[in-house]
Amino acid sequence: MSKQDSSFLIRRIHSLLGVIPLGVFLVQHLVVNHFATRGEEAFNQAAGFMGNLPFVIFLEIFVIYIPILFHGIYGIYIAFTAQYRYGFPNTYRNINFVLQRVTGVLSFIFIAIHVYQTRVQVFMGVDLDFDLVADIVENPWWLVFYIVGILATVYHFANGLWTFMITWGITQSDKSQRIMGYVSLIVFVIVSVIGIQAILAFI
Amino acid sequence: MAENKTIRLSIKRQENPESSPYWEDFEVPYRENMNVISALMEIQRNPVNAKGDKTTPVTWDMSCLEEVCGACSMVINGTARQSCTALIDQYEQPIKLEPMSTFPIVKDLQIDRSFMFDSLKRVQAWVPIDGTYDLGPGPRMPEKKRQTAYELSKCMTCGVCLEVCPNVNDRSKFIGAAPISQVRLFNLHPTGSMNKHERLEALMGVGGVSECGMAQNCVKACPQGIPLTTSIAAMQRETTFHAFKSFFGSDHQVD
Repeated sequence: MSKQDSSFLIRRIHSLLGVIPLGVFLVQHLVVNHFATRGEEAFNQAAGFMGNLPFVIFLEIFVIYIPILFHGIYGIYIAFTAQYRYGFPNTYRNINFVLQRVTGVLSFIFIAIHVYQTRVQVFMGVDLDFDLVADIVENPWWLVFYIVGILATVYHFANGLWTFMITWGITQSDKSQRIMGYVSLIVFVIVSVIGIQAILAFI
Repeated sequence: MAENKTIRLSIKRQENPESSPYWEDFEVPYRENMNVISALMEIQRNPVNAKGDKTTPVTWDMSCLEEVCGACSMVINGTARQSCTALIDQYEQPIKLEPMSTFPIVKDLQIDRSFMFDSLKRVQAWVPIDGTYDLGPGPRMPEKKRQTAYELSKCMTCGVCLEVCPNVNDRSKFIGAAPISQVRLFNLHPTGSMNKHERLEALMGVGGVSECGMAQNCVKACPQGIPLTTSIAAMQRETTFHAFKSFFGSDHQVD
């Protein structure tokens, strides 16, 4: 019997869930929303397809809700056990450390509100279509909130890929960590563009 | 030239572990090539503060005075480092001296680094060779490995990497970079590696390697230039493998 402590296992699961399924879902979600740039009809068709997948409620529970609650709640615990005092506040990695925690909490709040405004409304009988989102972002404050929320979530995902690679011991050397840093930056830019283009298409 | 030149020091003091800290200013006569320790020794000789009042001498820790023992770490003008190699001429005055805040304060600048030593015991940071009979010479070590191990062996448990780490604090049990790097050192050793699984399991416990937040301040702050973040990532990999081997493997006590 190994004397593993649960915190090791929990942190590894936390790291894994952030990429699979949550990261994969995030990219998929933004890509599907990108149909909105092709017009209302295209979005409604794509959203209709996703919303009517067989066993959709189970897919949602096991691929989204459980992972996100686990990752979010344990993540908030992690964020609040750090002490952001002096040290090297200006190094690139330390800034990323702080941002990872700030955007994590921000994303969790954003996603909770976003789920209420969309999925919960659909559950209560509102139609899942283009207007559901268009009505929300008609208000410029909500639009800004959505853009900030998308950027925070995508940042958290992209930087999370970098930490994921270290957590699982894949990138060890300085060089590999640096290259992974560029990769995560590129991921951030590309996925952000997709997400922002998608939300702007609803205006 | 420098007859009347003085050094101004501002020191964060604390009478005992329970009392609250306060700042006291000092002015000591300048000599050439002084370091922070020699300035503190000057205060010890003549414990009078900048206002001219007699006060208690400032307490601090030191031993080797050549940056290999790790005892004299303190926060100098906001940066944690060894005070023995902190040259007065390189600092803007008044020079602010504070104890490292991650550790419990004994008195003034003197701190209690037991947390680190306890962690080293927990991860078994040694090569066990004691026995009832002569075990003979151990296996030879490849030169490349020796060079890597030499770099890691420079760790002096000074505590600077823990001080700058955002995840080492009262709310977390994270042991910090130094003991994790020591596991890498002793697992590299041909004889030490014979019980590497015990060290890895210690690293998988509460406060272990998985609680690293990757702010990577440790590697920037390390006075010995030890590749701490590489050590941590290497231990992340080893513990990952160990976890999979323990769970799925047929016999996890061997490679």
